[in-house]
Amino acid sequence: MGLTARSAVEISKARLQRGMAARWREWGELAVQALLFFAAMVSVFTTIGIVAVLLVEALPFFQQVSLKEFLLDPQWTPLFAQKHFGIMPLVAGTFLTSAVALALAMPVGMLSAVYLSEYASPRVRAVLKPALELLAGVPTVVYGYFALLTVTPLLKRIIPDLETFNALSAGLTMGVMIIPLISSLSEDALYAVPSSLREAAYALGATRLEVAVRVVIPAALSGIAASFILAASRAVGETMIVAIAAGQRPTLTLDPRRAIETMTAYIVQVSLGDTPHGTLEFRTIFAVGLVLFLITLVLNLIAMRIIERYREVYR
Amino acid sequence: MGHRQRRELLGKLFEGIALAATVFGLLVLAFLLLDVARRGLGVLSWSFLTSYPSRFPEQAGIRSALLGTIWVMALTALFAVPLGVAAAIYLEEYAPRNRLTRLIELNINNLAGVPSIIYGLLGLELFVRALRLERSILAGALTLSLLVLPILITASREALRAVPMSLREAAFALGATRWQVIRHQVLPVAFPGILTGMILALSRAIGETAPLITIGALTFVAFDPRGPLDKFTVLPIQIFNWVSRPQAGFHARAAGAILVLLAVLLSMNGLAIYLRYRLQRRYQW
Repeated sequence: MGLTARSAVEISKARLQRGMAARWREWGELAVQALLFFAAMVSVFTTIGIVAVLLVEALPFFQQVSLKEFLLDPQWTPLFAQKHFGIMPLVAGTFLTSAVALALAMPVGMLSAVYLSEYASPRVRAVLKPALELLAGVPTVVYGYFALLTVTPLLKRIIPDLETFNALSAGLTMGVMIIPLISSLSEDALYAVPSSLREAAYALGATRLEVAVRVVIPAALSGIAASFILAASRAVGETMIVAIAAGQRPTLTLDPRRAIETMTAYIVQVSLGDTPHGTLEFRTIFAVGLVLFLITLVLNLIAMRIIERYREVYR
Repeated sequence: MGHRQRRELLGKLFEGIALAATVFGLLVLAFLLLDVARRGLGVLSWSFLTSYPSRFPEQAGIRSALLGTIWVMALTALFAVPLGVAAAIYLEEYAPRNRLTRLIELNINNLAGVPSIIYGLLGLELFVRALRLERSILAGALTLSLLVLPILITASREALRAVPMSLREAAFALGATRWQVIRHQVLPVAFPGILTGMILALSRAIGETAPLITIGALTFVAFDPRGPLDKFTVLPIQIFNWVSRPQAGFHARAAGAILVLLAVLLSMNGLAIYLRYRLQRRYQW
C-alpha cells in the first residue's frame, strides 16, 4: 500500500517534469519560429526602408523645386551657379546607354538561347551554359575599366569623332554583361515548350530552323519578353560601367558618340564630391534615386507578372 | 538547288550564326582577361600587395583596400548568412500559404531587382546617419548584407526544397519537434546547397562598388582598418579610383588590382565547387 502510494507520487512527479520539459520545448519551438519569421520580415522592412528614405529626402526637394521644372526643364545643372533641375538629360543618358546595351544583348542573348535549347548537344550545353554565366559574375567595375581603356580606344579607330567618354562603348560593354541574363532566362522559356509541339512540326517536314523560329519561339514569347524587360531593368540600374566610361556631362541627346550622364552616374558623382548633406544640392540624389527606383520597380513587376502567367499556361 | 536543299542550307547558316552568338560573349571575356593580364601582370609584386596607395603610381599598392575588402566580407557573411538562412527556413518549413507569405515572397523577388546604388542610398540614411555608424566598415557590411539577402534566401530555399520529404516524415514519426527535424535532419543535408548560395552571395558583394561609394567609403586610405568602426576602402573602389585618373601608370595599377580581385573571386568559386562535391557525396538516396 505504502509502496504503491510512494510510486504513485514518483510517477506523478515524473509526469510533471515531463510536462514541464514538454512545455519548455513548446516555448522553445515558438521562440524559434518567431525568430525565423522576423528574419523573413527583414525583406519587407528593407523595402519599407528604401521607400521611406527616398520619400523623406525627396519630398523636401520637391517643396523647393516644382514637379513641372523637374520633369520638363531640359537642363540638369544642380551643382553649378546657374541651377537647373530638369531630370530629362539624365533620363535620356540612361535611356541611351540602356538602348545600346539592349541592341547588342537582345539578339545575341536570344540567338544563344536558341542555340543552347534547340541545337546544342547535352555535353556542349553543359559546358557553354555555366561558361556564359561567368560573364555575369565579373564585377562591374572591371567592365568599366574595359569600356574606358579597351573598347573606347578600339572604337575610336572606326569612329574618329568619338568622345573619350561616350554612351556607345559604355552601352556595348554593358550589353556583353547582360547577355547571360537574357540567354539563360530565354533558354528556360524555350526549354519549357513541350516537345510534342516540336515533334508535330518535324513530322510535317519542317527543318530545325523552321521549328525553332515558327513553333518554339512563338510559344515561348512571353518568357523571352520577360527576359528582355528584366535586362532593361538591369541596364537602367547599372552604375559603375557608365560612371567610368560614359561621362559626367548631362546632355539631352540621342547621339551615342557623345559624353552623357546617367541617373546612376550622377548619384556616384555627388557621393564622391563634397556637397554637404541636407542641402538642396545633396537632396537631388534622392529625387533621382526615387525616379530610378520607380522605373526599375515597374519593369520588374511587369516581368514578374509575365513570368507568373506563362508558368500557369504550361502547368 | 531544290526547295528542300535551300531550306536545309538556311538552317545550317542559322546554326552557325547562333553558335557564333553563343561564343561571342566568351570571346569578349577572354579578350578582356588577356588585356587586363597584359597590362596588370607586370605590376603584381609583394610590395604591390603590402603598400598603401600613393600619389606616385609606381609606389601605389592595395594594402588598405585588400584589408578593407576582407573586413567588409567577413562582417557581411556574419550578418547576412544567419539572416538569409533563417528567412529561407521560415519560408520553406513554416510559412502558411497566406497573403503575408505571398507579400514576403514578392518583396524578395522585387528586392533582387533593385539597383545596388539604391541600397547605397538606404545605407547612407539608415546606417551612416540614423544609426550614427559614420562611414565605417560596419555601415558598409550592413548595407551589403541587405543587398545580398535576396540571393542568399533564394539559394537556401532551393537547397531546403531539394531535401526529400521522406526524411522529414521519418523524423516526425519518431516524435521529433519541427525545429528538431530541421536542426538535425534537414539542415545537414541542405548544407552544401546553402554553402554554395553563401559563396554566390559573397562573390556578388565582393565586387560591389556603387553602394559603398554612396555610403561614403573613402577612395584614399593610407592606414590599416583595425575595427568595425574604422573608415575604409575596398578593392573595387581602389580600382575605380585608379581607372578614373588620367595617368597610364595608375591604369596599370588598376589592372593589377583587377587581377587580384578576380583571383580572389575565382578561388572563392573554386572552393564552393570543391566543398559541394566533397559534402554531397556523403548523402545518397
